[in-house]
This record gives sequence, C-alpha cells and structure tokens, in this order.
Amino acid sequence: MASPSTRGQRRTATLLLSPFFVLFTVVTLAPLAYAAWLSLFTTRTSGLGFGGTENVFSGLDNYAEALTDPQFLDGFLVVAAYCALYIPVMIGGALVLALLLDSGLAKARSFFQLALFLPHAVPGLIAALIWVYLYTPGLSPVIDFLKSGGIDISFLSADVAVFSAANIAVWEWMGYNMVIFYAALQAVPRETLDAAKVDGAGAIRTALAIKVPMIRPSIALAVLFTVIGSIQLFTEPKVIYSASSAIGSTWTPNMYVQTAAFQNNDFGLAAAASLLIAVFAAVLSFIVTRISRRGSKP
Amino acid sequence: MLGLATLYTLLPLTWLMLSSTKSREDLFGTNGFSLGNEIHLAENLEQLFAADDGVYLRWVLNTVGYAGVGALLASLFGVAAGYAFDKLVFPGKERLFSLVLLGVMVPGTAMAIPLYLLAAEAGVVNTFWSVFVPGLVFPFGVYLARVFSAAYVPDEVLEAARMDGAGEFRSFCRVAFPMMAPGFVTIFLFQFTQIWNSFFLPLVMLSDQDLYPVNLGLYVWYSSALSQGHPEDYLLAVVGSLVSVVPLIIVFLMLQRFWKSGMTAGAVK
Repeated sequence: MASPSTRGQRRTATLLLSPFFVLFTVVTLAPLAYAAWLSLFTTRTSGLGFGGTENVFSGLDNYAEALTDPQFLDGFLVVAAYCALYIPVMIGGALVLALLLDSGLAKARSFFQLALFLPHAVPGLIAALIWVYLYTPGLSPVIDFLKSGGIDISFLSADVAVFSAANIAVWEWMGYNMVIFYAALQAVPRETLDAAKVDGAGAIRTALAIKVPMIRPSIALAVLFTVIGSIQLFTEPKVIYSASSAIGSTWTPNMYVQTAAFQNNDFGLAAAASLLIAVFAAVLSFIVTRISRRGSKP
Repeated sequence: MLGLATLYTLLPLTWLMLSSTKSREDLFGTNGFSLGNEIHLAENLEQLFAADDGVYLRWVLNTVGYAGVGALLASLFGVAAGYAFDKLVFPGKERLFSLVLLGVMVPGTAMAIPLYLLAAEAGVVNTFWSVFVPGLVFPFGVYLARVFSAAYVPDEVLEAARMDGAGEFRSFCRVAFPMMAPGFVTIFLFQFTQIWNSFFLPLVMLSDQDLYPVNLGLYVWYSSALSQGHPEDYLLAVVGSLVSVVPLIIVFLMLQRFWKSGMTAGAVK
C-alpha cells in the first residue's frame, strides 16, 4: 500500500529526526527518568558510621521533605516577591518605551532600539558582576552619588537584595521586551489609528485605548515567559550571594537544589526538588501555550 | 524618557569600559564614571592573558567550542527535525512533536541536577562532553524550525523537485535547507546565547579549571577576589568581562535583522 514516495518520506523523516531524538533522549528524557528514580531513595549512614552508606527506598519522603521545608518554600516566596517588583517595572517600562518609539516622537528609532537592547547581548553572569561592583560600597560611584544627595543605601543588605536582583534583570530584559512590543505595535492597522485621530483622540488616549489593548496577547506572553524565567533565578543571586552575607545559600529554589546536592550531599532531595521546579515550570508553560492559542485566534 | 532609559542601559557598560582602562589603585580610588589617572588598558590586557599561564584564552576557546560548535550542531539537528515535522508524512508525527513541546516546557536550569546525576553515573562528570552534549539539544529550535519551514519553503517547490526525480533527502539538502537559511541563523543565535549564558550547568559539572567556559572562570576569579582578598582578581574579572562581551555585542550588531525576526517569531508561539 505504501507507495515509493511515502516510503521515501518515512525513511528521510527517520534520518532527519534521529540526531535530535537520540540526543534528546540522552540529555533530557533519561536524566529526568533517572532523577525521578533517585528521588525515591535516601542515603543513610548505616550504624555508627561503619560500613559506609546505603541507599534506602523512601517512597515520596523526599518530595514531602522538600514541600514542607521552609527553606525551599521561602525560595518560592522570594521568587514571588521578586516577580511582584520586577515584572510591573520591566514590562511597564518596556511598554512605555515601545509606545514612545512608535508614537513618532522619537527620532533615531534604530539607535534607541539598539542602545536599549544592548544589555541583552551581555551574558547574565557578567551583567551581575558589573552590577554587583556598582552595588559595592567603596567601589560604586552610584552609592557615592546617592550619599552626596543624602541617601544612604546598602544594596547588598537582606531587605534590599530582592530589589538589587530585580534591577539586574530589568536591565537585561527591558530592551528585549521593548523590541517585541514595538514589533507588535507596528502590526496595529494604520487605518484604525487614523480613524482615532479623525475622531479627535490624542496621542496618549490612542495609546491607552487602542494600541495597548491590541497588543495585549504579546504583553500576556511576555509576562508569563518572565515568570517562567524567574523560577529559574540562579545566576544573579549566586553572584550577589558571594558578595553579601545577607542572603542565604538557599535563597532561591535553584540555590536550594544546589545546596542540597553539593553541601549536604543529599542527592535524593536535590533530585526531588529539581523535579518539583521542572513540573511547576512546565505547568506554567502549559498555561502560556493555552493563552497564546487563545490570543492567536481572533 | 527614552534618553533616561538609554542612560540606564549604557552607564553600566560605560563603567565596564572605563574600569578596564584603570590601574588597580585607580579602580578603587577614582570615580567609576571618569577616567583614571593613567590609561592602563594595554597592561591590563597583558595581565589578563598572562594570568594563571594564559588560562583566560583557554576559557575563550572552550566557550567557542561549547557555544559556537554546540549551537551550530544543535541548529542543524533542529532544522532537520523541524523540516521533517512540517513537510514529511510519517506515523506518530504529532505524538513525537508533543514530546518536543514537553522539552520546550522543562527549563534548562532545572535540568542541571538531573543531568549531573546521570553524568555521574556514566562517569563523564568534569569532561568537555558533560557541558557540550547538553547544548546540542534545543527543542525550542525544532519548534521554530517547523514554523520557519512552513513559512519559507513552499510545497510547490518540493513537488517540482520530486517531479525532477530528486529523492526526499536530496530535496531537503539542496532545495529546502538553503531556503531556510535565515531561520537557521536565527535558531543558531538563540541557542548560541543560551549556551554562552549558561552558568549553573558548568558550575555543577566542571571542577577542572582548564575546562571552564569564560563565565565560570570569571565567576571564580571574582569570588576569589572577595573571599581570599585578592584585589588583583577584581581587575582581571573586569577586564575579562569586557573582552568577552565586546565580540558578542559586535555579533549582535551585525545580525540585527535575524534576532529581531526570531524574537517576534518566538513571541507569537
């Protein structure tokens, strides 16, 4: 029944898909399965420490331990506080900048787009290094400047650390999202805008009543992608952590995982916590795809 | 407003540039947004490449291997798979594709520990491969490639190639792949930045300094400057950051049109 052409297509499909799927199995599916298996065991030191360690099957104990460990849960609270601070500022900023660029007030559009996008070309770790220098008393011109204005602020203290981490992320991502919003704004039909102008709507009214609602799907997506990215928060706090005694080694969920694995050698717990983070992120991603599908259907 | 925002994005980079030209005394002694008392850039660069027997250059080469070669292969595999999903007929297609989407949903950082555990079991921790191989897999690239294939490769062209007697594989290599070239560059850029940015995975996998990518090396310099009070490492980390960022910025400037199209394609996902 299979004609030569469909047979050829199948053979070629196998050929083209194999490299990806072989590697995908090795790098994603197998580690997930292995971590799921390991998460069901706890390493115990037997007896009085003689006879080394043994792996004991412990069922879902590791999951229960992670989910009831205040340090792990606090990590999610930190991420939540971080999101509450970071997302409105970053998305709002990106939106306002995109609207300004689009409104025709701005000359030299491509200059501004590039200048604002530039931080995104800087790897997160280096961005964090730069900012932590700018946060460090004695080195930072920013602190000296604020001090001369009578403001004494310690960017590396526990109360301000969430703000400091969020600022690095705003710096990295605002221009990126602005480019996306700007591209979406370009797709708003010009006739609609002209009609609004004829009806006597000013620039600000047009922006709020027409442009923003029309690019709402892009905004919703950007917000959700940002939340998913935030769950993975690791690099910036890790760098702040080494400069500041104020934040702990389990400050974010991923830092908790790293500490569980490499300071406490509790790989079962680390595997369980990793999988919980992955599941949480996957659920959020699923919501993202749902929303984007709704967004793409007019 | 735009001006203020530009100031906000550019000032830290200005600080990085200025600081790289300073001597150690000036780095700690002069204002961060002004020039130091003497231009010290050449000496700093010399020190950077001489430090620890030239380990910085090794890190750069490692990073080119991990990110450059890794992203090249990942995009190749991704484009091949995405094309197959878009244009070829085979059983179980949509089920396989939902597996790819599952891969898109699982975040990279959360995979680091599971990968480490498996690599430890396989005995490949602290090797080049333990960081290189994970970079070869880019499920979002497969997704994008499917979108690009649908947009760039008209079915009629493939029909014509088939009529002329070209086999399926030949049609992909000779006809479809060149048409997907802009998509290929976009996917490459995405994965390249992702690998270049990755920090958790190398941190977990590598203990041999000679295998570090630039990011991890800079981090180690930076934390030893803090924890062991090596002020000279401060300067190395600053200059090292500048040297590794400048080529990236140049690449981004050159390839503007690709990342812009990729971002918007990704955003309407």
